[in-house]
Amino acid sequence: MRDGPLCGHRASHRHRGESVSEQVESLIRKDYSAGFHTQIESDTLRPGLDEDVIRFISAKKEEPQWLLEWRLKAFRAWQEMEEPTWAHVSYPLVDFQALSYYSAPRSMANKPKSLDEVDPELLATYAKLGIPLHEQEALAGVAVDAVFDSVSVVTTYRAKLEEVGVIFCPISEAVHRFPELVKKYLGSVVPQKDNFYAALNSAVFSDGSFVYIPKGVRCPMELSTYFRINEVKTGQFERTLIVADEGSHVSYLEGCTAPMRDENQLHAAVVELVALDDAQIKYSTVQNWYPGDKEGKGGIYNFVTKRGVCHRNARISWTQVETGSAITWKYPSCILKGDNSVGEFYSVALTNNLQQADTGTKMIHLGKNTRSTIVAKGISAGRSQSAYRGLVRINAGAEGARNYTQCDSLLIGDRCGAHTFPYIESRNASAVIEHEATTSKVSDDQLFLCQQRGLDAEKAVSMIVNGFCREVFKELPMEFAVEAGKLLEVSLEGSVG
Amino acid sequence: MKQAASMLEIRNLSARVEGNDILRQLTLSIRPGEVHAIMGPNGAGKSTLGNVLAGRPGYEVTGGEVLFQGKDLLAMEIEERAREGVFLAFQYPVEIPGVSNMEFLKAAVDARRRHRGESELSSFDFMKLARDAAKRVSLDQAFLKRGVNEGFSGGEKKRNEIMQMMLLEPSLCILDETDSGLDIDALQVVAAGVNAMRDGQRSFIVVTHYQRLLDYIVPDHVHVLAAGRIARSGGKELALELEAKGYSWLEDEGV
Repeated sequence: MRDGPLCGHRASHRHRGESVSEQVESLIRKDYSAGFHTQIESDTLRPGLDEDVIRFISAKKEEPQWLLEWRLKAFRAWQEMEEPTWAHVSYPLVDFQALSYYSAPRSMANKPKSLDEVDPELLATYAKLGIPLHEQEALAGVAVDAVFDSVSVVTTYRAKLEEVGVIFCPISEAVHRFPELVKKYLGSVVPQKDNFYAALNSAVFSDGSFVYIPKGVRCPMELSTYFRINEVKTGQFERTLIVADEGSHVSYLEGCTAPMRDENQLHAAVVELVALDDAQIKYSTVQNWYPGDKEGKGGIYNFVTKRGVCHRNARISWTQVETGSAITWKYPSCILKGDNSVGEFYSVALTNNLQQADTGTKMIHLGKNTRSTIVAKGISAGRSQSAYRGLVRINAGAEGARNYTQCDSLLIGDRCGAHTFPYIESRNASAVIEHEATTSKVSDDQLFLCQQRGLDAEKAVSMIVNGFCREVFKELPMEFAVEAGKLLEVSLEGSVG
Repeated sequence: MKQAASMLEIRNLSARVEGNDILRQLTLSIRPGEVHAIMGPNGAGKSTLGNVLAGRPGYEVTGGEVLFQGKDLLAMEIEERAREGVFLAFQYPVEIPGVSNMEFLKAAVDARRRHRGESELSSFDFMKLARDAAKRVSLDQAFLKRGVNEGFSGGEKKRNEIMQMMLLEPSLCILDETDSGLDIDALQVVAAGVNAMRDGQRSFIVVTHYQRLLDYIVPDHVHVLAAGRIARSGGKELALELEAKGYSWLEDEGV
């Protein structure tokens, strides 16, 4: 048996020879419940990446010439770029020629007009994941865009949303229906050449969601996209673009799962948010991609670029609960361009077994009196490594800018690691920047207190971890806060040993 | 119906912490409704006894047996002992940041109730009980919403322990130096809480270094622990004798 900090520095013998950590270790290891594969016929492109593949994807989606050119420009840039290695993660380099860049259920080829025409197998997949796509069964007040491998299967409540002028549809469709909007904003926040994975995504992105909230409209329901990777040896490269016009409000949530497989799969998404004057965007993520098994075999490589730009008096809040993926590389950021704009980042990143996460945010203060808040909670268990990496930059013109950063790490066991890499660059003397960081452990004494009051070890650990995450969970839309707590509980199972 | 004649039966209990033998063949019998004070010099094993009974990891039992209401206590898991009715009021209660006292207490009370085959309390009913208990230990209602012991003063932590004890209604309460670090007002509040729970059935082990607490919680029996075993037992007057003479005379008498 191993002595983790859960059994502390004391001799870890009990009357029955069992330490607390062994109790926790012996908690039932629930399977990754979203790990099933849907048997469905798919059209999957041969592995490999060249200009023909990009032309194929573009043609498949009947894209206008400008978009094909845009993709090719990104691809040519990508070929000149190198995979970044600065993150605190290690993995064998990805063989980009071994992946397939497009896969769609065959039944989607005829573009079903309504839910009745959608393959029942697809609907059953989402139902099994707890995402019913029939509007009458769906979570009240939540519209869902369901993306399966490279295509959007269905988007619910569209008619209801369009009554108030809100556009919520697959981006592949928006390209045809709202070309001016897409052309104007696509790549405006994350340029094609921004970084290696963003360039790759720009070249091969398949589907994703497009949202436009008109001036002064408060979106009447939560919008959400549910991403599902199903096909083997495929990458998922979704592209999400959300534009909140002046004075509008929207809350958006994304969820992600994938089957359990021994090979690693690549997910390289780009999300762009545009909050025009006085607009507010709240973007929440519950990321539960397959994390790999206990020995670190398989799992998703989650290399994602998310960024928003805030115009005058606008506000963007990123809230993320990251429990899945073998490797997470992700820094949802805010460019605070307009005066008095506000950026927020609330994050819980949990790693267990051999998962690795390097995540954080960038807050770029350009406008006067811009404010940003960062609350990052990292939980490391097993042999996992978790890093917070954050940049706060105050440019010369950002008079009166303020940032508050709080960065807390919780360790469970003694074989995991937590790291913090804060970068602060201030070019304006009037800026106020505060940074607080703590590292703590789930202690023996805390566990013993809980157990002495009659709670079992499993309940105790999840309660302690949930308490640690409270400040972030309260930022999630209510429907998902409970879900996030449960997800954490499952992800922690067998977390110590 | 067989009423357990004994609450706790400790026979020749030996225990070790970090390789050191602390308890040496300790024997003690407690009947329902009795209050036993355990006194003794530092390092005598007073706190070890409470921790061993509660099953704290790191306290290794090397011999002897303990029957709690006729059941083998040492064979039970930590949480099982708690649910059976053994409560340890901690000398140094730890903080659990972000977990509200209310949430924590409700989970504990529900675990105890489920164990007894009772239904869980509704949030509303539990709130009423918790508010009442808080009042009885003079804790402001706001403490129920705060994180468990988070930012509590020493006295508030101890009162919080007594509040938990009231809500969990244990059969055997072990108070581990609950008086340490308390001013006289807090001491009286704690003692009044304990005395209110004396109902002729519930038993108490009051571990203390000083006689002062026993002015307020009057014990039926006082035991002096030295070198891991009970060196002397007596009535409440023994505590006064200890107060007057200190502990060194025990050693002088060669016990």
